[in-house]
Amino acid sequence: MLKFLTKRLIQTIPVLIGVTILTFSMVLLIPGDPAQIMAGESASPEQLEIVRERLGLNDPIPVQYFDYLSGVVRGDLGNSIRSGRAVSTEVFGRLAPTVELAFYSTLLSVFIGIIAGVVSAVRRYSLSDTLIMFAALFGLSMPNFWLGLMLIQWFVIGTGWFQASGWGTPQQMILPVLTLGTAGSAIIARMTRSSMLEVIDQDYIQTARAKGVSEKMVIYRHALKNAMVPVVTVVGLQFGSLLGGAVLTETVFAINGLGRLIINAIRARDFPIVQGGVLVFAFLFVFVNIIVDVLYRFLNKRIDLN
Amino acid sequence: MQEEVNLNTGDPSGQQFNSNVVRFKDFMKKFYRNKSALIGGILILALIIIALIGPYLTPYGPNTQNYGNLLAPPSTEHFFGTDHHGRDIFSRIIHGMSITLRVGFTSVLIGMTIGVTLGVISGYYGKWVDTIIMRCMDVLLAFPGILLALAIVAVLGGSLNNVIISVAIFSVPVFARISRGSTLEVRELEYVEAVRSLGASDFRIIIRHVLPNIMSPIIVQATLNIATSVLTASGLSFLGMGAQPPTPEWGAMLNDGRNYMWNAPHITMIPGLAIVAVVLAFNVFGDGLRDALDPKSRN
Repeated sequence: MLKFLTKRLIQTIPVLIGVTILTFSMVLLIPGDPAQIMAGESASPEQLEIVRERLGLNDPIPVQYFDYLSGVVRGDLGNSIRSGRAVSTEVFGRLAPTVELAFYSTLLSVFIGIIAGVVSAVRRYSLSDTLIMFAALFGLSMPNFWLGLMLIQWFVIGTGWFQASGWGTPQQMILPVLTLGTAGSAIIARMTRSSMLEVIDQDYIQTARAKGVSEKMVIYRHALKNAMVPVVTVVGLQFGSLLGGAVLTETVFAINGLGRLIINAIRARDFPIVQGGVLVFAFLFVFVNIIVDVLYRFLNKRIDLN
Repeated sequence: MQEEVNLNTGDPSGQQFNSNVVRFKDFMKKFYRNKSALIGGILILALIIIALIGPYLTPYGPNTQNYGNLLAPPSTEHFFGTDHHGRDIFSRIIHGMSITLRVGFTSVLIGMTIGVTLGVISGYYGKWVDTIIMRCMDVLLAFPGILLALAIVAVLGGSLNNVIISVAIFSVPVFARISRGSTLEVRELEYVEAVRSLGASDFRIIIRHVLPNIMSPIIVQATLNIATSVLTASGLSFLGMGAQPPTPEWGAMLNDGRNYMWNAPHITMIPGLAIVAVVLAFNVFGDGLRDALDPKSRN
């Protein structure tokens, strides 16, 4: 296991370097003079020169990149143009709500998704199967920002049960989690159903049935456990894509997370913040994927041993 | 074509037929038998027709303002009501259809072309070419969800064309991975080996033998990807990073309506339903295609 983990971590290094190259190039690719954008329209040539010197824009590009990379390694992501504060402080200060939102939404989608998927698979081709699968398809086809607005319409404006901004109390958290968790539930339900159906048709399940094991035992002890292996991978990928989806959900519900920070920074053309925020998002996603891989392997091994 | 064996049946007598024709007929048979593919196909056709001729038939112009009739709820005069500039929402939705479909189709077409090219090269040549291309794809995949598209639009600036470019780049790695995997399988087939030993060039093998054999999973992915692309693109416009006003783009319309949710909820409700309709149609079609083309996943 340790060997696998080490190998997996080493494999990640080129990807992480690639990510830093991309986030670094973002600033190079901005049309126009980055110094002009950062200093503002009214900056004098002298001020521009100062900004250029401070950002290292006069150095050759490879030198600029290595300066950037060594900064990243030391945890120095530059300073915000607007507030002047360190990007790392701004970004990590906003990380908690985003991770919490993605985490709770993943939990919700695992809960709803697995129950719906199992019910659907056990009652294949029944009315409940059809309804669940149609609901899943609908959930998959909804823009989550629209769902968020509709939930605000019904439960904030309509009934006043919940709040439509901020993060912390249940009144603030339930609707965003529901918004972000819906598409995830749909994907996990579909995955669980097809994975269950595949397992149910296997010989050992038939054998268990023939041996007189009760149907409940067959489904929950034998089938579900084996069907969960591919589902774990999807859950892991979901957590990642929910991190991305949080950008829109945070905007709809005015949650001061990392996603909203990035959006506001794009609007304010505060590129160091955009750069740093995107980088942290990508690093987070890569590490979540490693954890999923390890978990997947662990589950697979246990089943092999059994 | 002489050297080809019918891959679907594994029947050597397939040599006498043009295997592509057999494959196509087989596909059409499965396609008609598959209800969701048929329903999805009809829905998509209907959407395309609306996009093409709808704009000539709308009762009002998409940007015709009427300040005497602001935020009106749906009625017989205005099927979907009017917005904060008194514009007819029904007309704007119809005009927005072609924008949505254009963004979906173009971005997937671009992403697919680049992705499949990279994936086939990667799978066919293997070794260091494969390593370099697939590591680059891993880097693109390291940005979760909409974030990669968002970062690209942040750099290029908000416009509909930049949305198409960013969504296209966003879908490149998916196509690269799928076509690489399929190419690896096809490359090992005996008859491909045989063609190679007959002296066919790599280019010829790829065009004549690899590509036709890996098309099914790619077509399925393309269909489902149009759904994702429409969602991503409307998300970018909703954030104000895509189509700029007064373009009747649905994501942008949704964003416009946010300020009037208290007294005119239909302004946000209707563009969202329109997005759902389009995405649903492509998802249903894609699911059906997958079942028709891949017998393994038919449950």
